[in-house]
Parts: sequence; structure tokens; C-alpha cells
Amino acid sequence: MSLDTAPDLAPAPTIPLTHARLPRWAPALVAVVTIAAAGLLPLLLGWGFVAWVLVSVVLFIAGLTIWSAVVETRRSAIDRMVTSLVWTAFGIALVPLVSLLWTVISKGAPHVNGTFLTFSAFRTSLDQPIGIYHAIIGTLVITICAAVISVPTGIFAAIYLVEYGKGNKLARGITFLVDVMTGIPSIVAGLFAFSMFTAFFGAGYRAGIGGAVALSLLMIPIVVRSTEEMLRLVPNDLREAAYALGTPKWRTITKVVLRTSLGGIITGVTLATARIIGETAPLLLIAGLTTRTNTNPFDGFMTTVPVFIYSQFAKGTKADFDLAWGAALVLVVIVLLLNIAARVIGKIFAPKTGR
Amino acid sequence: MSSTPLTAPPQESAPTQTGDRVFSGISRAAGLVILAALAGVFIFLSIEGIPGLFQDEGAYKGNGNFLGYVDTLLFGTVLSATIAVLVAVPLAFGIALVVSHYAPTWIAGPVASIIDLLAAVPSVVFGLWGINVFAPKMVPIYVWLEENLGFLPFFKAPVNPVGTTILTAGLVLAIMILPIITAISREVFNQTPVLHEEAALALGATRWEMIRLAVFPYARSGMVSAVMLGLGRALGETMAVAMVLSGAGGISFNLIGTSNPTSIAANIASQYKENTPATLHILIATGLVLFIVTFLVNFAARWIVARNERKLTR
Repeated sequence: MSLDTAPDLAPAPTIPLTHARLPRWAPALVAVVTIAAAGLLPLLLGWGFVAWVLVSVVLFIAGLTIWSAVVETRRSAIDRMVTSLVWTAFGIALVPLVSLLWTVISKGAPHVNGTFLTFSAFRTSLDQPIGIYHAIIGTLVITICAAVISVPTGIFAAIYLVEYGKGNKLARGITFLVDVMTGIPSIVAGLFAFSMFTAFFGAGYRAGIGGAVALSLLMIPIVVRSTEEMLRLVPNDLREAAYALGTPKWRTITKVVLRTSLGGIITGVTLATARIIGETAPLLLIAGLTTRTNTNPFDGFMTTVPVFIYSQFAKGTKADFDLAWGAALVLVVIVLLLNIAARVIGKIFAPKTGR
Repeated sequence: MSSTPLTAPPQESAPTQTGDRVFSGISRAAGLVILAALAGVFIFLSIEGIPGLFQDEGAYKGNGNFLGYVDTLLFGTVLSATIAVLVAVPLAFGIALVVSHYAPTWIAGPVASIIDLLAAVPSVVFGLWGINVFAPKMVPIYVWLEENLGFLPFFKAPVNPVGTTILTAGLVLAIMILPIITAISREVFNQTPVLHEEAALALGATRWEMIRLAVFPYARSGMVSAVMLGLGRALGETMAVAMVLSGAGGISFNLIGTSNPTSIAANIASQYKENTPATLHILIATGLVLFIVTFLVNFAARWIVARNERKLTR
């Protein structure tokens, strides 16, 4: 049996252990040929660039698969087809994502400057510049309030689940409800805060704290989940060593368990903050819309950056959209910074397992 | 200690220190807060929402009663989310496979972090991009679809001239849920035991056969829960749909037309300003419907995952 016998030429009684392979440069060759062939379309039929790319991809996948089916086995042909399809999916998915980032940067960057960041949208005279200072303050206040509510609740709930509950009924119930909470749509969280504050303080009540309550409903499950995961990573030996020294349980938790998992917990909290800082829908309902700077979360309307973007979109003129793009860039940068910070913190505090 | 229970009572009943009691009390209270919060969501939405089921006919905008009002919205919600999931899932699994099994590390690492960052891009930014960049770009494609596939009920004339259709909304949703599905499925693909993969390859499997035989069975429950999470996101997404979709129409399967059904969440965001108590009650009632739908989706996801895990451990 020779090494490069095609399967249909193989002697009948033995199963060949090898089969012909396409040369390594086969995909490249097919790519060049199909791109060139599809390149005739824009020239002859006047089709656009997108059509060219699409036809090239289809031709490439078909061409390589058929060539492989003829020379190699059916199985290799399928393998090559799937490989091309997977890479195509990858390429298709990157297009909108790159386009989104590029649009935000290119449209937003010209409008972001010192005035934009330090003036509010409230003008006392017509020639006064407009900025998003009020929205940045609103975002900070509401996010901090939400974090003040969610972080202790989330961390203590996770401690209960890992250290005290240990699979009893209440702990299982809480785990299930945390799962349910992860899936709550943000607008429902907003409606909840809206209904609750309407029920307590009468119709038309709007304040930053309502937004914070709605956001904590979204933030708590993320904090619980990440903290729980981190606490479970702490080796049991550490706890037992602490108990063996006579340390009470709560000292063990604060001094050993939390200390060991601190980095992971901070990372989780930072990521949760990044998640909620971009929320719009709940705040639209309960925090109201204003052009003035308001630092009191318990009284009066409070605008955040996402809500500002939406209100600019709703106004709809070119100048309004310019401001919206500027604000969008600021928001995306804040979110990216939080994400990067989370990674760095995670690296710095990475649990030292002591080996 | 085990042999002398008289002098050393079992640990559970040992007198605990005050600090211990306080600390465990706080932890338990935090857990109970979560229970209370979810109960609160149900209670307050019901208090404010149930009156929305029995308003005067006029409040339902010519739909007669609550069912007539919510069914269009529910249809729009499910339709846009279905489009999103159908488009996003194959792409997301594709990216996840590239990152976990196909690409060399120097591509996989950066791509994974970019995808993670995109999962954090706020929905209002997606909405802004969708209405300004994406919707206009889709118009020629819709025209083409109408000309060539106009015989299908999905692509009927007249084509929406600005591209603010339910298909656009569904595609924007697809882009938004792509990162979350990718992130979860990439993680479960990566968790496949290397020995399983190598065993498959050693038996002569091609790479795709290895993935089909070793990776997918192992990752199935994770993939299902990723899809369900994405579906839940798509069902509840508000801002992107509210900004991209110009929806006020009735139930229609025409994906590229000028009158589209809107979604529950987007409807709330665009109608809440009409501050009449009747409208607000109705909107909160639709919110309750949305909550129940997403709850059921999540519940189904957990159930599938739990069942699969039991099968795997057996």
C-alpha cells in the first residue's frame, strides 16, 4: 500500500491507514482564486464591496470543501468546511463590534473636552456651553448609593451561602433566587422601584435613591455570585488551621477567608459596577431627567450619563446627537477603565495558595 | 473528643461567642434581604400592576382589554428575541470555538478580552449605534430581500425607508447578546478534559469530529444555559429596542415593513411619560408579564442544566 493512495484506489480487503492530503498551501490557493474570481463581480456587474466579500467567502468554503472531498476523504472535507465556517462566524461577528467601537470613538472624540466635562446642561444664557457635568455627578452618586446597598448585602449573603448555609433549605432557596435575580430585566427592576416608591411616597416621586434601589436589584446577584465563587476557592485547610488555633468562626471568616479571597471579591464588585453604570431603563423611570447638577440622592431629579444619552437621542437634532456621542464615549471609557481596573486588581491580589 | 461526648458537647450546640452570633445573624439577614427583595418585586408589581388589568377600554389604545394590548407587545418581544437568538447562537459558538480550539494563543487571548469588554458596553450605546449606523446600512439589504425573496411572508413591500424594522432590532439584540453567549460557551469549551480531546484525536478523529464527540457532549448543559441567558437578555432588553425600532403596529410577520410590533420593555420606556395613572398601571402590568416570561425562561434553563448535570455525574 503506497502512502498517497486515494481511498477509491485502495486494495479492497485492507482499510488504508492513510489517505491523500491537500498540500499545506491549499486553503491559501483557494482563497486567492476565489477572491480573484469574485473580484470580477464588481468589475463586470457593478456589485459592491460587501457582495464581493460575501461571494468570495461562499466560493471559498464551497471550493475548499469540494476539492478536499475529491482528493481527501469525506470526513476531512467536513472538517475543512467546519473550520472555514467557524472562522467565517468569527469574522462576521467582529464586523459590527469593531464598527461600534470605531463609531463611538470617531464620533465622540471631537466633542469631549474640558468644557464638555465641567459644564452642566443647564444654561443661564444662550451662549453658555453645554456639558455633561450634571450627568457625571448623577452617575457617580447613584452608582455609589447602589454599591453601598449591594456590596455589603451581596458579600454577607455569599458568606451565608458558603460558610453558614452549607446546602440547607434556606441556602438552596437563596441560590435559586439569586439565579432568578440575574435574569431580571433591568426595566422590571425599574418598575419595581417605581411601584415601591409610588406606594410609599405617593405618585410622582422621583429621586436618585430610587434609581439606586433599582440598580442594586441588578447588582446584588452579580456580587453574590462572584463572591460565592471566590469564597469556595479558599482551601478548607486554611479554615481548619484557624479553627485548630481556637479562632472563633467569625474571626476566621474575616481574617482568613475574606483576606484570602479579597482580590477576587474586589474584581467581582468592580465588574458588577461596570455592569450597572451603563443602565438606562430603570433610571429613566424613577430618577427623572434634569439639566441641573443635583448631588442629593434623596431629593429631586437626577440624571445619569446613559439617561442623558437617551434624552439627547429623543430630541433628535444633529447637535443633540453630537452631545450624545460625546457622552457615549465618556461612558464607554468609564466602563472600559472599570474593566481594566478589575483585571489589574485581580492580578495584584491573586490568591496566594502558599505553595 | 469523639469518645467523650459528656465533657465536649457537639459543636453545633456549643455556646457561641457574641461576635459569632452577631456575624452569623448579619449574614443570614443579608440572605433574607434577597428573599425579601424578590418577594418585594412580586408584591409591588402586583399592587401597582393588577389594577392595570381592569382599566376602561379607552386606556388600552383601541385594543379593548389588557389581553388585546399585551399580546402584540408579547409577540414583538418574542419575535425580536427569537431573531436575536437564531442569529447570535451560531456566531457565538463559532467565536467560542475559534478562541478555545482553533486560534493560536496570540489571537485567542486578545480576542477573548475584546469580547469580554464588549459585554460591558452599555445598551444605550448599542442603541445609538444601531439607529445612526446600523439601520441605514441595512436598508439596501432590505430592498434586495424584498426584490428577491418578496414571495415569503417575512419580506413584504413596502420596505421601511429608514431601516427601523423589527429585523434591525433583532440583529442589534443579536450583537448585544453575542458577547455573553460567547463568554459562557468559551468557558465551558475550555473546561473539556484535555484527555478526552487527546483520546479522540488519537483514535484518528479530525478536529471537528473531536469537537463533536468530546467537546460538545461535555459542554452541552453549559451551552444550553448560555443560550437561555442570552434569550433572557434579549427578552428584557429595553433601550436598544426602544431606540432602534419604530414600532406601533400590530402582529405581523413582515420583518422589514414600516409598521412593526414593539416589545414590552421598549413600550414601557417610550410610554412611561404619559403620566396618567391608568397608563402607568397598564405598563406595570405588562412589566409583570415580562417578569414572568423571563422567570420561566431562566427556570427552564436551570432545570435543563440540573438534569444534565445529574446525567453526567451518573
